[in-house]
Amino acid sequence: MAKKVSLLEDFTKGIWKENPILIALLGLCPTLAVTISVENGLAMGLAASFVLICSSTLISLLRNLIPKQVRIASFIVIIATFVTIADRYLAAFYPEISKNLGPFIPLIIVNCIILGRQEAFASKNGVGRSILDALGMGLGFTLVLLILSTIRELLGSGTILGYQVMWDSFSPWMVMVLPPGAFLTLGLMIGASNWINDRRTR
Amino acid sequence: MELLVIFISAAIVNNFVLTQFLGICPFVGVSKRLDSAISMGMAVTFVMTITAVVTWLIYHLLLVPYNLEILQYVSFILVIASLVQLVEMFIRKVSKPLYDALGIFLPLITTNCAILGLALIAVLREYSFMESLIYGIGAGAGFTLALVIMAGIREELELADVPRHFQGAGITMIIAGSLALAFMGFAGLI
Repeated sequence: MAKKVSLLEDFTKGIWKENPILIALLGLCPTLAVTISVENGLAMGLAASFVLICSSTLISLLRNLIPKQVRIASFIVIIATFVTIADRYLAAFYPEISKNLGPFIPLIIVNCIILGRQEAFASKNGVGRSILDALGMGLGFTLVLLILSTIRELLGSGTILGYQVMWDSFSPWMVMVLPPGAFLTLGLMIGASNWINDRRTR
Repeated sequence: MELLVIFISAAIVNNFVLTQFLGICPFVGVSKRLDSAISMGMAVTFVMTITAVVTWLIYHLLLVPYNLEILQYVSFILVIASLVQLVEMFIRKVSKPLYDALGIFLPLITTNCAILGLALIAVLREYSFMESLIYGIGAGAGFTLALVIMAGIREELELADVPRHFQGAGITMIIAGSLALAFMGFAGLI
């Protein structure tokens, strides 16, 4: 017998309890690659959330029409369509960000978070709950990107959103904006979140 | 010479996993044991090489002549998904032992972002047909290299005393960080 889940739970579980990055370890590629600056991290978080919300809505509306055998292929085509929209939009209005993110905007298509939510939630639940689920997951994803990019930009270039915040004699830790910094920071964040969870349950 | 540079660049200097962050999911997921890491690396290299060739043909012979570049993402992902399916059927028909060895890893390759990333980057850099082919092989070799090194370290790690909260994903990320640091040493190679 399935436990009854409240609507609030649908929304909040994505932020912490089932956080897509820290707990489920999905969508790691864009997480690591684009978090060099807060601006890039935020743009990636919003773009992925947009795609997630739109495709969850559409797929939960179509869930009874899509034949079971070809569902994965149908999901991917729907997701790819929304990614193309997001990509064109960014290229038209924010060409600078679009250039910085490069191939990682089209790579939202194969972001396991989005496909995973369609398979696990939107294809089984009604529109309202699917939108809440997508909003929560999108928010959880964006929050982790924001924290990770804030740490990396602060230590790696001494700035946040391009504004100088560290003192003048601070020498930036170059490694933080290079690939190793991404792996190390995320590893420490995963460890920290495990530690917090552990303390809460004890 | 040009082709050799592309190969080395894709395999080592700009390693797909450790410097471009493509294909991290299988890198974390399938690097627990050495033998499955080798199988996965072989399967990915195989699909990458074919993908590089087929997406080049589709982009330059179909999408560009008919001004359909907007369909690039949708068509590439469809091609990759069906290609993986085709490769799976082909291997099952031709070589049963190889199919059993690769088995579960084949379907997973569709959502490996390294494959789609390879196709997109090859288009961005305007590679020729031969260059795309070599780029695909090089990227696959680089992926296999990173995966095998990681699996080797993780097998040793089973005997190590890792702090409880870092077990699993946490320590894997930190090792990947150290490996990425080591691969930065290749930066001046070309």
